[in-house]
Amino acid sequence: MTPFGYECRPLGDSGLVIQLGTSIEVSLLKQIRQLAVYLEKNRFEGFIELITAYTTITIFYDSMLVYSYNLAQNARGKARRNGITNSLLPYDIVLQHIETLMAQYVQQENESQMSELGNIVDIPVCYGGCYGPDLPDVAAYHQVSPEEIVRLHTSSVYPVYMIGFAPGFPYLGGLSERLATPRKSEPRTKIPAGSVGIGGAQTGIYPLETPGGWNLIGCTPLALFRPDAHPPSLLEAGDRVRFVSIPSEQFEQLRERKQDDGL
Amino acid sequence: MGFEIIQPGLLSTLQDEGRYGYRKYGVISSGPMDHFAHRSANILVGNSAGACALEMTLLGPSMLAKEDMIAALCGAETDAELDGIRVPMWRPFVIPKGSKLNVHYAVKGCRAYLAVSGGFKALPIMGSQSTYLRAGLGGYKGRALQAGDRLGVCEPQRLSTSEGFKRFQGEVSTYIRPHYEDNPILRVVWGNEAAHFTAESRSRFAEQSFRVTPQSDRMGYRLAGSQLNPVDGLAQGMVSEAVTPGTIQVPSSGQLILLMADCQTTGGYPRIAHVITADLPLAAQVKPGGTLRFRAISHQEAQEQLLRQAMNLRLLEVGVQARVRNQHG
Repeated sequence: MTPFGYECRPLGDSGLVIQLGTSIEVSLLKQIRQLAVYLEKNRFEGFIELITAYTTITIFYDSMLVYSYNLAQNARGKARRNGITNSLLPYDIVLQHIETLMAQYVQQENESQMSELGNIVDIPVCYGGCYGPDLPDVAAYHQVSPEEIVRLHTSSVYPVYMIGFAPGFPYLGGLSERLATPRKSEPRTKIPAGSVGIGGAQTGIYPLETPGGWNLIGCTPLALFRPDAHPPSLLEAGDRVRFVSIPSEQFEQLRERKQDDGL
Repeated sequence: MGFEIIQPGLLSTLQDEGRYGYRKYGVISSGPMDHFAHRSANILVGNSAGACALEMTLLGPSMLAKEDMIAALCGAETDAELDGIRVPMWRPFVIPKGSKLNVHYAVKGCRAYLAVSGGFKALPIMGSQSTYLRAGLGGYKGRALQAGDRLGVCEPQRLSTSEGFKRFQGEVSTYIRPHYEDNPILRVVWGNEAAHFTAESRSRFAEQSFRVTPQSDRMGYRLAGSQLNPVDGLAQGMVSEAVTPGTIQVPSSGQLILLMADCQTTGGYPRIAHVITADLPLAAQVKPGGTLRFRAISHQEAQEQLLRQAMNLRLLEVGVQARVRNQHG
């Protein structure tokens, strides 16, 4: 079972078992302990208690409380927003609670593991205009303003999963769903170096002038590929990228500086 | 105050709704074997459903009342009498100060519950007044009652309605009571390890009778009957996991164990099925020597039965309160 792969099943008619592994091992023990602490801190209405075992966490709940609270929530319209409907039996309600909590836990774990990754590298980006010709299209696709796209893009920290495709090209993870935009139906024959793009659920920066199908929302004056430097790539797998919006005057300043470096 | 115990009966213990929140420390839930009768008795005297009542097994106690009390008796049919007058079951009755309550034998069923208005006094241990016999905790000094014990009773919550109780008409409808029988069919849901048993084993499980042996108690019933064996290496045991009252384990002997109120929190034997919560009261009323049969139902239906039973008890509570208030005037 992969990390945080899990399966749920009933225990009798008043319990839910979360299966987290298949054999007795210390790494699983640690995972189970941490998850148990998280679940105990985030009790749903009707939660009685949980116990942990070698490969499982078992949740005990008060069926009547779970059921009637869900009915009441549903009557207020809240449950529908959370995706829980009033035709559900207690186990199904609890299962939804657990699935939500597991997703939150995994996200929290990812964030904390992210912080154990490498350096945060701030990448200055000038968004829109001639620097990001596809920004209006991306904004229109998501039915928000271009400023909102910029705000979203700059408010995440993106782990660098790998370098490939072109020298210094970083494959970044962590793009918000609200930014994911399908690749252009017609790839451009030429993308200026430093272009910051969105292709499907990915975001990245083109280090060299290449053809490409991503939506270009901005441009960085930094050089991601420096053949004379050690290492030659600005970014490495495990780094974390943060985009910082800069005005065009600053872009030109930084780019001039870059040209002075002989790059 | 309360009662002085003259004869304690076979196994009489104080139980509230159970000890919850400590399973992860290996602390069992205890509580009543027949939660329906227990809750009914409490509701009938105006207590919260989970208040501390007296569970009486097979032979009940005889006790002297040291004060006036409103009481109710539910569960096994007994020949209980108060100063020679037959005590009605499943409805409240008055116990006058100085009278002697003699519960006698369970004529039908196994466990009867005596609730008094206000609940029995017992120091809560880990949040519960239930008796944990094996650990010697809770209830009355952590043990079953003995001759000479003095059972305290707490002040009733609503003194003003005692008149209403005294003039109470009617009893808990048989419509909502579990279908108590000497040899009941208990509905079950299949356990996680059921798939490790052959189809033939599962058929035998669902068709044949199993006898409750004398080696049966609050922890669990050891059943004698058709031997069931898992088909694969599970016979060597599986990794320990949670079990609950109602869980039916299959040790390597192939003879079933039906876990009950005082069962352990985890176990390593394959779990072929679980008796549904709504039918645990039926199991609780089977005497050693009686037989059980099992019928598998869906997880969905098991939950529906549980909810229906809980709602019936809630309706009973509302009904009793309304009736008591009305009669008070």
